[in-house]
Amino acid sequence: MTTLLSVQDLNFYHKSRNSFLRKQPPFHLTDINFSINAGETLAIVGDNGSGKSTLANLLVGVYKPSSGSISLNDQQLGSRNTKQRCLNIRMIFQNTKESINPALTLGHMLDESLVLNTKLSALERGQQIDKTLRLVGLLPEHKYFYRHMLSDGQLQRMALARALILNPKVIVADEPFAALDPSVRSQTINLFMKLQKDLGLGFVFIAHNLGIVRHISDRMLVIQDGRVVESGKTEVLINWPKSEYTKQLIHSYYSLVNGQY
Amino acid sequence: MSRSSLYEEEFFPSPLRQTWMEFKRSHWAFAGLWILIFFVFVIIVGPFLAPYQPLEQSPDNLLLPPAWSDSGDIRYIFGTDSAGRDILSRVIYGSRLTFGISFLVVILSVSVGVIIGAYAGISKGLRSSIVNHLLDSVMAIPTLLIAIIIVGILGTGLINSIWAIALAMLPQVIHTCRDFVRQESEKAYVTAAKLDGAGSIHIFVKSIFPNMVEIIVVQSTFALSTAILDISALGFLSLAAQAPSPELGAMLSDGLDIVYISPWSIALPGLTILLAIISVNLVGDGLRTALRRRLQH
Repeated sequence: MTTLLSVQDLNFYHKSRNSFLRKQPPFHLTDINFSINAGETLAIVGDNGSGKSTLANLLVGVYKPSSGSISLNDQQLGSRNTKQRCLNIRMIFQNTKESINPALTLGHMLDESLVLNTKLSALERGQQIDKTLRLVGLLPEHKYFYRHMLSDGQLQRMALARALILNPKVIVADEPFAALDPSVRSQTINLFMKLQKDLGLGFVFIAHNLGIVRHISDRMLVIQDGRVVESGKTEVLINWPKSEYTKQLIHSYYSLVNGQY
Repeated sequence: MSRSSLYEEEFFPSPLRQTWMEFKRSHWAFAGLWILIFFVFVIIVGPFLAPYQPLEQSPDNLLLPPAWSDSGDIRYIFGTDSAGRDILSRVIYGSRLTFGISFLVVILSVSVGVIIGAYAGISKGLRSSIVNHLLDSVMAIPTLLIAIIIVGILGTGLINSIWAIALAMLPQVIHTCRDFVRQESEKAYVTAAKLDGAGSIHIFVKSIFPNMVEIIVVQSTFALSTAILDISALGFLSLAAQAPSPELGAMLSDGLDIVYISPWSIALPGLTILLAIISVNLVGDGLRTALRRRLQH
């Protein structure tokens, strides 16, 4: 299997604004290396403030890396070819509700992505929207809905629909399952896994819940203070963690769920 | 293309529609809206309603009291003033003038203000900060004072006072828009639009502006009440509309000399201004409450 997305020596130096009253330490993300194949899932795990979200934002292009490269299908993604990035790497935000415009209908929002990135006619766009909404388990009628009419689970599906509408190769998700209640969470996870299998997506996601990580991810990246502490196959890493930090993470998680490994 | 239209039968209120539904729940605001609609009606069909021309004098009927008084005349329902002009006609033409100009002023300053405010909101760094701090300092001065200064420079007259008031209200509108655009730009849906590859102007027009409509409407109603007050105040000070003109403020200052002989010549135009401002404020307040309620749901 060929490498879909690969990240080499990615560095990010975030010069936080030192205000007059309080000085913040500058934030680094150093020497991140990983790669994923089509259909593979990578989980990024770490503490709050360890740089997980920053890494996700770097991947989708919200931030620009200070050095290093991100390549998709062996083709380097520079700051120039934003269109290719838009089409191929899509983001699902941490706060799903915030990421959906309250004044627009869902259909309008999906249409917007298509208008900006494809040359489809209005009719084709409509068909594509209907198809995508069906794919994520919503109805075509939902395109007339506004944000406030949907439940959290439906919003999550909408976020997924927006990510999928351009037929991307990689989806980057920032804690997609954190805010959902358990039943909706399992529904959403199953939907993710099904779509991943059907469409052959590469999936990078950030999570706190090691149970979910173990359930759906193939590989895992543990980050502490902007550095990769450990990476490798999820099963191996969870059963035989090498570094102290990973051990602590795993231990603290399983002590919460009554030590059931 | 689904056959079953289960959801189609339901009613999906858009955010705008929802605001309207919340607005209707407040009786005061609704009463204000009706008064406002009445005023707009009078503005449009005023010339057909008024029994006389506003400047038409009848020397036989000087200072007639209103028709409901014992010595009144039914031909002059609101009575006449010192030059024998029918006050009802003058009030109708006057509200046409005062209201119409206020609408014009608000449209002018809001449309310019939104554009500049959006630009200030989108741009970053020095430019944005210059616009911001300059406006903050201008906003410390009341609009009426700025308007008087501008009239002082441009010279008196109705047209000049339109420019003056529009310019004086501009900072407020710009400031509100800028703050709103700033605040919204931080939200994730704007980042999402950015990741779709949208440019900043596109983001403003397609993503932020739809959210902004309501705030513009609320801002406009408050601007409208300020504009009515300012226009009549400038008229009263003889800086805007000059004496024979049936502008409500000018009528007030006209009647000030004879206020002991004919109190109605000052009371009726004054009451009209009061009613206009109350109705506009009620509507504005109702809208604001409706918006707050809608966001809470």
